[in-house]
Amino acid sequence: MDGTLLITQLLNGLQLGVLLFLLAAGLSLIFGIMDFVNLAHGSLYMVGAFFCATFAAWFDSFVLAVLVAIPATAVVGVIVEWVVVRHLYRRDHLDHVLATFGLILCFDALTQMIWGENGLTVALPGYLDGRVMLPGDIAIPTYRLVIIAVGLSVAAALFGLITRTRLGMRIRAGASNRKMIAALGVNIELLFTLVFALGAALAGLAGMMIMPITEASIGMGNQIIIVAFVVVVIGGLGSIKGAFLAALLVGLIDTLGRSYLDSLFKLFMSAQNAETSAPAVSAMLIYILMAVILALRPQGLFPPKGRSG
Amino acid sequence: MSPFSNWRADRWVMVLVLVILALVPVFVAFSGNYFYLDVATRLIILAIAAVSLNLILGYGGMISFGHAAYLGIGAYAVGIPAYYEIYDGYLQITLAVVLSALFALITGAICLRTRGIHFIMITMAFSQMLFFGLVSIEEYGGDDGLVIEYRSEFSGLLDLEQATQLYYAALVSLVVFLFLISRLIQARFGMVIQGTKGNDRRMRSLGFDTYRYQLACYVISGAICGYAGALLGNFTNFISPEMMDWTRSGELIFMVVLGGGGTLFGPVIGAAAFILLEEVLSGLWLYWQFIFGLILILVVIFAKRGLMGLLSNGRGQ
Repeated sequence: MDGTLLITQLLNGLQLGVLLFLLAAGLSLIFGIMDFVNLAHGSLYMVGAFFCATFAAWFDSFVLAVLVAIPATAVVGVIVEWVVVRHLYRRDHLDHVLATFGLILCFDALTQMIWGENGLTVALPGYLDGRVMLPGDIAIPTYRLVIIAVGLSVAAALFGLITRTRLGMRIRAGASNRKMIAALGVNIELLFTLVFALGAALAGLAGMMIMPITEASIGMGNQIIIVAFVVVVIGGLGSIKGAFLAALLVGLIDTLGRSYLDSLFKLFMSAQNAETSAPAVSAMLIYILMAVILALRPQGLFPPKGRSG
Repeated sequence: MSPFSNWRADRWVMVLVLVILALVPVFVAFSGNYFYLDVATRLIILAIAAVSLNLILGYGGMISFGHAAYLGIGAYAVGIPAYYEIYDGYLQITLAVVLSALFALITGAICLRTRGIHFIMITMAFSQMLFFGLVSIEEYGGDDGLVIEYRSEFSGLLDLEQATQLYYAALVSLVVFLFLISRLIQARFGMVIQGTKGNDRRMRSLGFDTYRYQLACYVISGAICGYAGALLGNFTNFISPEMMDWTRSGELIFMVVLGGGGTLFGPVIGAAAFILLEEVLSGLWLYWQFIFGLILILVVIFAKRGLMGLLSNGRGQ
C-alpha cells in the first residue's frame, strides 16, 4: 500500500471528522438539554459560510472575517431561538422537525435573496494556502492541517467548558434533569438561548472552515447535516464525547472507504465487479455502519448517563 | 374522543373532492389546457404517497423521515426494467411493491428497535443511504437520472401514454387505497396500531407484540408508497435519485400534517393544498419558498390539527 496516499487520506478523514464534530456537537447539545431536534442546524452552517465570505471581502482578511462571522452566526442563532424555536420546546418531535424544515426553506430562500443564485468563495491568504512537508516527503496543504488544528482545539475548549466551568455544570445538569435545575433557580430560558447560540456558532464555524475549499452555496448544509445526524446517533444523543469519537470514526471510514474499498473488494471478487460495486457500497458505508451499531446498541455507543425524560 | 364524531363532515368533503378530481379531465378537455391535468396527476400520485405515510405517521405515530425512498424505489422499479427495454407493467408494478416492502421490512426491523428522535434520524439516514447508493451507480445515470422511453404497458387494458388514462388509473388507485386503509384502520390491526401511538407500553402489557404490528404496518405503508413511486416514474418519464432526497420526505410529512394526520382523507387535502400552494406561489414570486417555509412554521405553531382539524372546528376534541 502507498504510504503517502494513506497518510493523505487519513488527514482527509480527520478533516471531515472535525467538521462533522463541530456540527454534531451543537446538535447533540441542543438535543441533550432542550430535547429539541434542529434540522435547520445545517442552515446555520450555510449562514456561517456566507457571512465569512462576505466579511472576508470587506475586511480583506480571512482570519478577521472568521472572528467576526462567529458572533454574527451566534446572533442569527439567538434570533431563530427567540422567534421560532422557543415556542416549540413543549411540543413533540414531529413539530420540531416540521418547523425546522420550514426554517430551512426560509433560510435557503433568504440566502438566495441576499447573496443571489451563485456561490461565494474567497481566496485563502498566502500563509494558509501553501503546503507543509511532512517527514517522508509527504506534501500536505497547510489549510487542511489548520482545519484539523482548529477543530481539535475547539473540541478541547468545549470539553473544558462542559466539565470545568459553572456554565458547563448547568449544561450537564440541564441534560440530566431540566425541571430540577429550573427549580434550583437557574434561568433555564437564558441557558437554552445560550446553548442554541453556542450550537449556531459551532455550526457556523464549520461552514466558515470549509468555505474556502468548497465555496458557500445555497443548501450546502442540507446534505452534511444528515451525516451529522448519523454521527450524533452513533455517538449517543446528548453526549459530547460520543459525538467527538463518532465524528472521527465516520470521517475516517467515509474517506478511507472511498479510496480503499475497491482494493479490498478485489481480494475476493473480480476486478470488474469490484469496480462497479465499490463506489456504491462506499457511498453507503457510514449508513451501514450506523445500522450495525444501532442493531447492537440502539442507544448509541456513548449514551449520556442518568438521563431522565 | 370517538374517531367518528366528525365523520359526516369528513365524508362530505371527501366525496366532494373526489368528484371534483374525477371531473378534472372533463374541464381540461373543455378548456384545452393540459397543464392542469399534469398538476392534478402529480397531486393524486403524491396524495397516494401521503396517504401511505399517514398510515404509519398519523395513525401509528411512527415519524418516518425517509418515506420518499419508496417513491424512488417504485420509480426505479419502472425505470431500470425500461432501461433494458422491458415495459411489462405488471412486472414493473410487482417489482415496485415487492422491493419497497422488502426495503421497509429490512430497514423497519432496525428502525423500530428505536424510539422517538432516533427513529426520525434513522429513517432519514436509510433513505439517504439509498440516495447516495443510486447516485454512485453510473450504469443507471447516477446523479443525472434516467429517461424512461415508454411508459408501463398493460397489454390492451390500459394505455398510460394517454394522459387521461394515466390520470384515472392514479385516481382509481387512490380511491382503492383509501378504502383499504379505512377498513384496515377499523379492524383489530388498526386498533392495535392506534393503541401503540397512544401508549405503546400499555399495548404490550395487554399482550400485543407491538413490534410486529408496527413492522407490518411499516411494510404495508412502504409497499403502497412504492406503488405511488411506480406511477410517479410513469408520469414524469424520468427518474433520478433526487426523487428520494430527504427534503422530499419532509414535503410528504408536511402534506400529512397540513391536511391533518390520523384522518383518512386529511393527507389528500394536504397534498392538494401543498401542490396548489406551490403552483400559485412559484408563479408569484421568485423566492416563494420563503413564504412556503413560513406557512409551514405557522401551521406547526398555530394549526396543529391540520385543515381537516379546522373543518371539525373543535367538535372532535
